[in-house]
Amino acid sequence: MSRTVRVAGGQGFWGDWPEAPRRQVEGGPVDYLMLDYLAEVTMSILQKQKERDPAMGYARDFVGAMESVLLAVAERGVKVIANAGGVNPEACAAAVQAMAASNGRDGALRIGVVTGDNLLPRIDELLAAGHELRNMDTGEPLSVVRDRVIAANAYLGSTPIVEALAKGANVVITGRSTDTALTMAPLRHEFGWGANEWDKLAAGIIAGHIIECGAQSSGGNCLHDWRNIPHLADVGYPIIEGLADGTFVVTKHPGTGGRVSVPTVTEQLVYEMGDPHAYITPDVVADFTSIQLEDAGADRVRVFGIRGAPATDKLKVSIAYKSGFKAVGSLVYAWPDALEKAQVADRVLRERLDRLGLKFEKVLGEFVGASATHGPLAGNAGANAPEVQYRIGVRDADRRKVERFTREIVPLVLNGPPSVTGFAGGRPKVEEIVAYWPALVDKTVVQTRVEVR
Amino acid sequence: MRVRLLDIAHARSGDKGDTANVGIIALRPEWYAILERHLTRDRVAHHFSGIIEGGVDRYELPNLRALNFLLHGALDGGGTLSLKTDAQGKVFSTALLRMELDVPDAEARAAQLPTNAKARAAEIAPPGQKS
Repeated sequence: MSRTVRVAGGQGFWGDWPEAPRRQVEGGPVDYLMLDYLAEVTMSILQKQKERDPAMGYARDFVGAMESVLLAVAERGVKVIANAGGVNPEACAAAVQAMAASNGRDGALRIGVVTGDNLLPRIDELLAAGHELRNMDTGEPLSVVRDRVIAANAYLGSTPIVEALAKGANVVITGRSTDTALTMAPLRHEFGWGANEWDKLAAGIIAGHIIECGAQSSGGNCLHDWRNIPHLADVGYPIIEGLADGTFVVTKHPGTGGRVSVPTVTEQLVYEMGDPHAYITPDVVADFTSIQLEDAGADRVRVFGIRGAPATDKLKVSIAYKSGFKAVGSLVYAWPDALEKAQVADRVLRERLDRLGLKFEKVLGEFVGASATHGPLAGNAGANAPEVQYRIGVRDADRRKVERFTREIVPLVLNGPPSVTGFAGGRPKVEEIVAYWPALVDKTVVQTRVEVR
Repeated sequence: MRVRLLDIAHARSGDKGDTANVGIIALRPEWYAILERHLTRDRVAHHFSGIIEGGVDRYELPNLRALNFLLHGALDGGGTLSLKTDAQGKVFSTALLRMELDVPDAEARAAQLPTNAKARAAEIAPPGQKS
């Protein structure tokens, strides 16, 4: 029988279920625990935290997650791979080592730290060398927003993680690596896949895509037959059982809630998909039109047939820059005529903004309960609603205008249309917008470093 | 015959910048052909006209009995810029499932498309499925 390597998904984003990592290592056999913490905007939040305190800048939840699985790592050989390092993987590693020491487990962890993704200190050097870092969506060169950039990180692939594992790490902490590499790397390490075994690497990437959003492949947020998905309160997070040939089974621990089926896995496969023929990663270009799924018993789906093509010579760079201010507030209008009252409130508020001479880049009014998510497609469904939430937001480069707007909402409770409530929060907060600038850079300019400590 | 997409497909949606994607999956393998033939890029663009600002792309995944639609300019700038409740396009999936397709009667009968909600309930929870 060929050897199986089990990679368990334990976090789908920073803020995911705190119980999940421990449940994954205690619910049955797993070899690796994969924890994904970084969404596109997360790096800029972490960068701000690091500027305030040089010991910060990583996903602090990870320390608690490590504490919850410490016994499994120290005594049962479970290895952990996480992109929790954010913009400060070294400080993250130090915090985890300190946690282990305070639990009497000094020396139990060999932490591999992957760095080199942070391009913020190098931006001017790169621009001067002719790397324009053009926005992949708009084509504009980065120079347009250069003075407002607050974070810039290249998405790293599997190679430095594989290197850390080969050097004996039982915990690998990265900064901005691709979510999928966190799953593919341990499979590549265990099975010794070469850097040009495109089909196998693509299979590892697709395994990663399936488990990178936590329970979204094991019954969570699943529309198909949603009423009958068992016991979501006890939902099992997904596990990959990988084989050396690149085929794998998606499953979850026995006795847990949720469901792993062809429909639940298919819904996750199409999530955030662009061109399915070319899912581009630093390691390989995976072809989602080659994926074959097969029901392999209760809560087991076999995945096979995956093809990959050679990687490109670029890395994607995630750049964050300051882009003005916004504020969103809301009020709730009750039956009768809830929607009509909310619509009158919208007209009154806009007229007052006009009289103040306030023009914004964008003003958006929505009617939650009538049309906020489906717009005109919702038809007249909101006409007799028991209540409708009026939600209004503005966006502008000028903070003062946005501040002034926030003072115009609550007065409507006494000086606007009737039957209104739900204003307990008072004035909404003004938020500084940190926008996302996706770009490409030549692979040759990014040097990754791996240190096991 | 008119058939509502919700009765023959399920879906999930997400975002990439200011673009929402909707992956739409046939509830039965044999209904994929119906989707492929009738759920065209133009019809989806018409369905979302006035709701999205950009164009629509369609990709076929016959291996998953799925179509993937990219709805450009759907998210008021997307991500942190967006003022929308659904800033990340999470429920564009069900907005598409509201759509109705006109399927010729003979084709609908041959594919055994459901004609009412009861039929649909039977399709999505086939006998023997663990619950």
